[in-house]
Amino acid sequence: MDAIEKVNEQLSDEMTLVRAAKAGDVSAFEQLVRQYDRNVFRIAQHITQNREDAEDVVQDAFLKAYENLKNFQEQSKFYTWLVRIAVNEALMRLRRRRPERMVSLDEEIQIGEDSMPREVADWTPNPEQLYSQAELREILTRTIQGLPSSFRTVFVLRDVEGLSTEETAEALGLSIPAVKSRLLRARLQLRERLNKYFKKRKDGKK
Amino acid sequence: MNCSDFLKELTDYLDGTLDARTREELDEHLQWCHNCFVICNTTKKTIEIYRDSELYELPEDLRTRLRSAIMSKCHDKKPGEIA
Repeated sequence: MDAIEKVNEQLSDEMTLVRAAKAGDVSAFEQLVRQYDRNVFRIAQHITQNREDAEDVVQDAFLKAYENLKNFQEQSKFYTWLVRIAVNEALMRLRRRRPERMVSLDEEIQIGEDSMPREVADWTPNPEQLYSQAELREILTRTIQGLPSSFRTVFVLRDVEGLSTEETAEALGLSIPAVKSRLLRARLQLRERLNKYFKKRKDGKK
Repeated sequence: MNCSDFLKELTDYLDGTLDARTREELDEHLQWCHNCFVICNTTKKTIEIYRDSELYELPEDLRTRLRSAIMSKCHDKKPGEIA
């Protein structure tokens, strides 16, 4: 079976589960929960940066999905639809905790002063080996938490969860140029911030 | 192509979604521009390191707890009937 056939088969399995759940089969819905709960938790925690909020988002997003299954049109993937619900729940909680400064909603691909590379240095061949696993997690967590939530959300959906640009645009209710612009700025800002930990030192020390 | 043009295309370049001609122009720019070459490589590494990082994995006990909370609310209802 080639890769495309495999993906198509997974999608049709998913649609079978969705239809069964719509018809009232709760165990079919439970399978959908099992399939995507880890992803929803990861996305929620990245956005809210708070463990309790992320737990609430997982519960509320799946309940909302169940509640609104009838309205799911089957024109998009169930997962994309679910992510949209989860992102909205997560952003709502984030705003409640921390009203965010506004970020310009640029539709053009602009780099913006905040994302222009300032320091250009090659990294050591394996930056992961410079730090213990715990230290590395701390660095990565702290670094991504420093991004504005609108950039962080796009980066997480595209680069961590592997959604396509189109799926990300659909899940976030954004245009494709807006997704691309935010993704570029997120990637460049993360790169800049990681630079100080990973760049090659002349003396060979950390 | 200058460095600023290169940066604007960087995301599509890394995602492999550029048309052949633009891609060639970017490849050519990378041949002689060391700064863009480094930015391109370190940005690629940034993406890979986050993709492989497994931050925020859902612990199995919490997963079970959340799922039973969700399913207990779903159980007695048909979809669309949750208050």
